[in-house]
Amino acid sequence: MNISWYIVLSSLLFATGAVGILIRRSPMVILLCLELMLNAGNLALVAFSRMVGNQEGQVFALVVMVVAACEVVVGLGLIVAIFRRKLPLDVDDLRTLRG
Amino acid sequence: MEAVLFFVAAIGALGGAIGVVAMRNPFYSVLALIIHLFSLAALFLLLTAAFIAAAQVVVYAGAVMVLYVFVVAYVGGGGESAWEPIPGQRFLAPLLGIALFVELSIAVLSSALLALETEGPDVGSGFGNPAAIGHLLLEKFLVPFEASSILLMLAAVGAIVLANRKREGEAA
Repeated sequence: MNISWYIVLSSLLFATGAVGILIRRSPMVILLCLELMLNAGNLALVAFSRMVGNQEGQVFALVVMVVAACEVVVGLGLIVAIFRRKLPLDVDDLRTLRG
Repeated sequence: MEAVLFFVAAIGALGGAIGVVAMRNPFYSVLALIIHLFSLAALFLLLTAAFIAAAQVVVYAGAVMVLYVFVVAYVGGGGESAWEPIPGQRFLAPLLGIALFVELSIAVLSSALLALETEGPDVGSGFGNPAAIGHLLLEKFLVPFEASSILLMLAAVGAIVLANRKREGEAA
């Protein structure tokens, strides 16, 4: 398979994640859609690393996975804290900072 | 054979992604994301990135998704209300998504990267296996490796501080 197929698939997955972030209102599902976008970026990194025949892109993909794990941990901690304060788990209701 | 595997994995990844966006119940969204992650691991194997594929299955589909399932079980998967703060949000967002996809595809495919139309150079069987990635991580990229471990530790401490704070009038 040509590398361009992987790149097109990666941009399709990225766009799907972006649509999810735009239309969903539960913070948990928004975190899941962020995962989709990060994984699309990972696929593009690995595909480009295969294209140039250099493994360093794969190391970068590993670092992206670490950053995604950190983001999940902090995000889920925030969700648990919101839930314990009995606030609504809906990003349209949590808009105190909106001004 | 490779094309068949690619299309099966691509359909799995895309179906999982659409499932994450479309499912009403967050628990089903998490399950769809697990399908997506396994299909992506298959794609990584097709791109001769064996170690990344294994890490994807073990770290993502194993550990991170278990964390998600625990939090969904704790918080409870309530459906979203049908109220829309922005009129037409559900119709405008897919249009913007399609525009983003077209834009990204044009940006990459019309670039001067001639190697995009190839399958990449011939690489040996050692490309992307754990030994090669380990050498890179511990020799060339030692400082980023240690920095990411510090980042993970900071995130773990931060999550404990965020989720474990006891306030007045709270039982647990």
